[in-house]
Amino acid sequence: MKTEATLTRREQKAKANAKRDTKYVVMSKIKKYGVSIIRGLLLFGLCFMIIQPMIIRFCTSLMVESDLYDSTIVLLPRHVTLDNYRIVADLTAFPKSMINTLWTSLLVSVCQVIACTLVGYGFARYSFPLKKFWFACVVLLIIVPPQTIQTALYVQFASFDFLGIFRAATGKPLNLRTSILPYVLMSLTCMGLKDGLYIYMLRQYFKSIPKSLEEAAYVDGCSTMHTFVKIMLPDAIPTIASCFLFSFVWQWTDLFYSRNFLSGYTIYSVQLSSIVSRMSRYFNKGSDAAQVVPNARQQQLIFVGVLICSIPLIILYIFTQRTFVESIAMSGSKE
Amino acid sequence: MSKKKTNSQDRWGFKESILTFIPGNSTFGTMRSRQARTGFLFILPFVLGFVFFMVRPMFTSVIMSLSYVKLIPGEGYDMKFMGFVNYKNALGTDPYYNQYLVEEISRMAINGIATIVMSFVIAVILNQNFKGRTLARAIFFLPVILSSGVLAGIEKQNEFYDMMAGMAEAVGKSSGVNISAALQDLLSVSGVGSQVFQVLFDMIDAVYDIVMASGIQIIVFLSGLQSISPSLYEAADVEGCTAWEAFWKITFPMVSPLLLVNTIYTIIDFFMKNDNRVMERINTIMYGQQMDFGLASAMSWIYFGVAILFIAIAAVIINKGVHYYED
Repeated sequence: MKTEATLTRREQKAKANAKRDTKYVVMSKIKKYGVSIIRGLLLFGLCFMIIQPMIIRFCTSLMVESDLYDSTIVLLPRHVTLDNYRIVADLTAFPKSMINTLWTSLLVSVCQVIACTLVGYGFARYSFPLKKFWFACVVLLIIVPPQTIQTALYVQFASFDFLGIFRAATGKPLNLRTSILPYVLMSLTCMGLKDGLYIYMLRQYFKSIPKSLEEAAYVDGCSTMHTFVKIMLPDAIPTIASCFLFSFVWQWTDLFYSRNFLSGYTIYSVQLSSIVSRMSRYFNKGSDAAQVVPNARQQQLIFVGVLICSIPLIILYIFTQRTFVESIAMSGSKE
Repeated sequence: MSKKKTNSQDRWGFKESILTFIPGNSTFGTMRSRQARTGFLFILPFVLGFVFFMVRPMFTSVIMSLSYVKLIPGEGYDMKFMGFVNYKNALGTDPYYNQYLVEEISRMAINGIATIVMSFVIAVILNQNFKGRTLARAIFFLPVILSSGVLAGIEKQNEFYDMMAGMAEAVGKSSGVNISAALQDLLSVSGVGSQVFQVLFDMIDAVYDIVMASGIQIIVFLSGLQSISPSLYEAADVEGCTAWEAFWKITFPMVSPLLLVNTIYTIIDFFMKNDNRVMERINTIMYGQQMDFGLASAMSWIYFGVAILFIAIAAVIINKGVHYYED
């Protein structure tokens, strides 16, 4: 009797335990799936929001003009055409401006990366008097918007005169505004687009390399330059590569510096920024009557221009995505 | 007086820095001094650039903002000192400048806070383990590329965009298609503090801009989250800490130093954007018909002053709540 009772009690207990366990498992499963469903929805929504404009741009870019006014067409074009690309290519002097953008961006970002690597290494590895002051200047460089000094730079390069040499030689100061020289000079001296950020990133990286590596090289009789080139640089290549990529991409889309310093060259971003004003001239070429380009049409052509500008960058990003993301992650983690 | 100065200790390192570069004194040949010279050689490009392309133009710009600048084609420019007239004109006479300034700054204050919160939340989500995490990260970083430079503002410069935005608003209000407008109507009818909700709805409408502006911030927060040692969470778990408590007691304090970095980055990023109307106004005055460089410089300096003020305020507020973890 007694044993039976205990058995049943034990059984009841086990049953209750099992019930509680299943309840717990079910609850935790529901919680887990619930969280992942909510997370999935949220992420999908946000990702979709980022990508959707690109999809709209792409679909709109293929439409014939009449499709734009057809209210039954939402996304997919009824008549597919590549004419818009031809028109925008004409409007932005396409092959020429793109080639110019490519080589100027490459040149400028190479200069920037070389200069910033040297400076970043100097800040990370050497102690010299006034180091804190100069590093404060780097921070200042990050903070001061270049727009603050644009007027002064404009004037400085429009009548460039180094210690009065050019005025003495030719009677006139040199106008450097149409040449790329000032901008290359600025990139080589770390004053280009977002150079403070690259110095900061590279300094963080060089600081993270153990010092014993260098000391071993010095003990073995390696010179300073040799140590830097043979030992430190190969280690830093991922970070340097990511700085280069950032610099290249931001230079590619940059409007401010291109407008101010590269006005002698047809640069795609500058062409794109003034595309609307050139449109009416382009469409009015044949007819006498001044005809206004409809707004929807303008918008469509801007879409095409943006697409042409961003497609090379997206392709680049697909292949180098890891380099981009990881370098920032690294420089951020070592504040 | 001067004797006293030389005798006092070399607090800023000026004396040392000069001695390092002059041969013949006692410190010149030492290892420390040689190291210092090599180091200085490495940062020389920056020093040169900073002096010639930053300090000098800044100086010129300040003088320009205080004077009347007249451009002479091919010859350079002519300046006449005028005092603070340009500043007065920028704030008082110019029909658009101060209006744009106030608008942009209030937009920045709201969007900036939203950007920080949003990027933190997204970073926390992206730090969890789930399928397709790499893809999601790649997509969230895409705006860093796709909303930079000319691509950011070009579509909004069009009149059509303004017209469409206005029309969408009108349609939404009349037919209730626009969800946020409908909600807004509902809430304002029920009489809940409409001012607060106005700000909230502006934020919801600006969510696209906010996500597009938070690429770098997400990655920075993410790196901070990944650097937290898992043993902290394990210890908390053993002690019976819930996930919610762990978030506020571990995750948030450990990431809080990055809050300052991200806030500063957000503010600067906002100030330098191309679609910024203050910047547009300055450009119009500089390259447009007026060509008034003095006024343009004064406007830039006011704008920069406001930016610095905001960064300082943010730094002070955040520094009070930040917990610096020493390894």
